[in-house]
Amino acid sequence: MIEVNDIHKSFGDSKILKGITTVFDKGKTNLIIGQSGSGKTVFLKTLLGLYTPEQGSIVYDGRNYSDLSSDEKSDLRAEMGMVFQGSALFDSMTIAENVMFPLRMFTKQSKSEMQDRVDLVLKRVNLGDAHKKLPSEASGGMQKRVAIARAIVNKPKYLFCDEPNSGLDPRTATVIDNLIQEITQEYDITTIINTHDMNSVMEIGEKIVFLKDGLKEWEGSNKNIFKTDNEAVTGFVYSSDLFKRVQKMYLEEDL
Amino acid sequence: MSYLHSIGQYFLMIKAMFHKPTKWSVMRHLIFKDIDDLIINSIGIVSFIAFFVGGVVTIQTALNMTNPLIPKTLVGFATRQSVILEFAPTFISIIMAGKVGSFITSSIGTMRVTEQIDALEVMGINAINYLVFPKFVALMLYPFIISIAMFLGILGGMAACVFGGFASLDDYIAGIQLDFIPFHMLYAFVKTFVFAFLLATIPSYHGFFMTGGALEVGKASTTSFVWTSVAIILLNYILTQMMLS
Repeated sequence: MIEVNDIHKSFGDSKILKGITTVFDKGKTNLIIGQSGSGKTVFLKTLLGLYTPEQGSIVYDGRNYSDLSSDEKSDLRAEMGMVFQGSALFDSMTIAENVMFPLRMFTKQSKSEMQDRVDLVLKRVNLGDAHKKLPSEASGGMQKRVAIARAIVNKPKYLFCDEPNSGLDPRTATVIDNLIQEITQEYDITTIINTHDMNSVMEIGEKIVFLKDGLKEWEGSNKNIFKTDNEAVTGFVYSSDLFKRVQKMYLEEDL
Repeated sequence: MSYLHSIGQYFLMIKAMFHKPTKWSVMRHLIFKDIDDLIINSIGIVSFIAFFVGGVVTIQTALNMTNPLIPKTLVGFATRQSVILEFAPTFISIIMAGKVGSFITSSIGTMRVTEQIDALEVMGINAINYLVFPKFVALMLYPFIISIAMFLGILGGMAACVFGGFASLDDYIAGIQLDFIPFHMLYAFVKTFVFAFLLATIPSYHGFFMTGGALEVGKASTTSFVWTSVAIILLNYILTQMMLS
């Protein structure tokens, strides 16, 4: 579980996060949504410890990040897995080497133990036969699955995903969404996904935090996002005709 | 103010380079890879340039010695002094700022653009140590390249001298042995180590702290070449003043 209390973050004169308070639950897929420029990426990078907030606290299962020593912060980061928007795979390494990288850096496992773990994780993301490929030889969907495999190989407690299905076709995007949700439940980890994809919201949004202009505008789940009368949320959700029809369907179901 | 900020950030990067070291088993591979990329892969171009520029230095010297009272041994002497004191350590370093420096800036800059550096930092890895330290260690072998440049520069001079008919082989060999001062070799290699440090760190700085996209990677490579060259020329002057005057 990650508790966020009154987080503020600025770059120069520009205030990006203006006091966000929320809780991300363990074993659930928590989604951060909002329009471009709403502060989603800065919020996610602040949760990852890449940005230091000027005010507020972030507590990871009882550990307040700002109170931790440098070594404790490193240990905490080793418990985090991250899937970047562009996958961020290391170009010079094969897919297997990319996935093995966190194990080489943070564990004292023998090479065969690491290899077994890599095989297991790559099979889990349906890439059992792609070990020797370079990232440049893999499709966008494959790269995302490798990034997920790398993020979970060291059994993280926290999984962060920045727009994991951007640039993917709808079918592959659904595969990635489902894979993340399955892994979250299987490993019982706290997963936070930054997205503006409404299909993801519908599919896996067990908890949703909606940001607007650096503030939390609304929070809830995919079950009740279509019922909210918050104008900012409805403006975002029903920006396409398809979702207007979905809303109508939901309301009819309720009646 | 921005220059002061950049200089401060550069020195903080150098400090961070020695902090929180990466696991040796991983670092070892990175060092060997960088030795291959930065040192071994530069030997060809350095050899080619050194040989022919050494030849040109000899021809220019010989053609300007019109007075018959000047001994022919001076051709070899002037070539040796030019190659050892300036051409090999400084001129080759400027070329390396273009070749190796651009490679370092663009490879680290691309990692920045594609969030690979963020990925390292998220994992709790000291990205500066992971990326810059192996390049620093690899470039400590840079004097090896400069030694080759010195040898081939003098050899190229010898070939040009003999085949061009400017002096006999004996005169040239006598010239390169004339009034040899071992301290000049020390001076040349002190400069080489300082330039190696600049070649490893300035391009790394420009790659590591760049922002933007692919276009900015190109701009950062150019900027890094300019600043590495400026730093090499300035330190060349300062070291020459300190050690030779």
